[in-house]
Amino acid sequence: MARPVFEERLEDLNKTLLNMGFLVQEAIYKAVKSLTDKNTRLAQEVLQDDEKINALEVEIEKKCFELIALQQPVGKDLRRIATMLKVSTDLERMGDHAVSISKTTIRLEKEQYAKPLIDIPKMADIVKEMVQEVLEAFVNQDQEKAVQVSKKDDQIDELFGNIFMEVSELMQKNPEMIRQGPYFLLVAQNLERIGDYVTNMCEWIVYLQTAKLVDLN
Amino acid sequence: MQTVTVEKQLEKRNAVETKDLNVYYGSFHALKNVRLSIKEKAVTALIGPSGCGKSTFLRTINRMNDMIPNFRVEGKVLVKNKDVYAPDTDVVELRKNVGMVFQRPNPFPMSIYDNVAYGPRIHGIKKKQDLDIIVERSLKYAALWDEVKDRLHKSALGLSGGQQQRLVIARVLAVEPEVILMDEPASALDPISTAKIEQLILELKEKYTIIIVTHNMQQAARVSDDTAFFLNGEVVEFAGTKDMFTRPKNPQTESYISGRFG
Repeated sequence: MARPVFEERLEDLNKTLLNMGFLVQEAIYKAVKSLTDKNTRLAQEVLQDDEKINALEVEIEKKCFELIALQQPVGKDLRRIATMLKVSTDLERMGDHAVSISKTTIRLEKEQYAKPLIDIPKMADIVKEMVQEVLEAFVNQDQEKAVQVSKKDDQIDELFGNIFMEVSELMQKNPEMIRQGPYFLLVAQNLERIGDYVTNMCEWIVYLQTAKLVDLN
Repeated sequence: MQTVTVEKQLEKRNAVETKDLNVYYGSFHALKNVRLSIKEKAVTALIGPSGCGKSTFLRTINRMNDMIPNFRVEGKVLVKNKDVYAPDTDVVELRKNVGMVFQRPNPFPMSIYDNVAYGPRIHGIKKKQDLDIIVERSLKYAALWDEVKDRLHKSALGLSGGQQQRLVIARVLAVEPEVILMDEPASALDPISTAKIEQLILELKEKYTIIIVTHNMQQAARVSDDTAFFLNGEVVEFAGTKDMFTRPKNPQTESYISGRFG
């Protein structure tokens, strides 16, 4: 195998990126669970663990720049590194949205939820599925799977629309809902944005394979 | 009171050090106040435009410049803390300890075996058994053994350019140097042979200190741990290769490595 040192460094970078992916997946899972279970301790964990996610993004960026400077990648090697740079940014933003959901849990600590959460957990389940599947597609460099995953974003957008309407109506009928309604809208938007970032990742997986920049939104 | 310097276990020592090195060819001041500390068992690349002094610097280490008329040295060149220009230096021994590989492969016009055995024979090793071991070991370290093991007694001139260069490296390794100097070792080779030589350099640095002059900056970036940028006989910048190629301190370095020089 030619360039074993370069291959080894690419592989190392790949592992770091996957590690970051798993941490983000966990953060989203914990953030949503903290909200549905009203578990502020779990929410705090998400806030603290976000530092690890941010540190991994910095590490990946640094390693990517070094690889570009020292190994002069071209062709698919360059696309691989470009993809890792972009995907690490998307993952970090997803982590931030998980933090945002956790902060909502903490803010609503003293509030009884006006109604059981139904659509938010439904949205969250689809988002979690998408994150799992996009990481699998990344590992296997499976552009077909990436395209399939991106299609689920439509369901997320639809649920977001539903939640927006429902919460807006509730706030109109019952002004007391102002205390929690906007927070649920924020959470729905956090999840909707995570869905968008997953779709971005899908686009980069397609780019890696085909060298074509597509818009899957 | 005695000052004791404690070296951390992980820090590498200097294999080669120059102190206020000035070199002249007649009245031409080729190297100016060069102070470099080159780490052992690492690869140090010397880069810079043509005529900047990098090859002069390299040849100063193993006193190859002695053969040039009007050559004069001031300052110190230390190999393993011993000044190679001290009057009691055994130059033959120095060149055994500090081997050299040139741009154009220069196998001797003899068999592959005899090329590698040449150095050890000169240094007194006569027994065939001992020479066989040395030849095999050296060819293996030079990543050439598998390709030549069935034709050791054929002429070295029948090898390809890339193979000849690896044979030259095996020849250097046969006399068990500590330092290997390489003056553009791959510039006469095709890309695949170049990649093999680069891979070999990365393997050799486990055991040897390697100093490589190269016009190919990308090569310096790929293989070296530290890089020195020479310009008009001076060292403009000397840094870890990672830093040199991601955030050089000197604007002249930045211009050179990004191809904007001149």
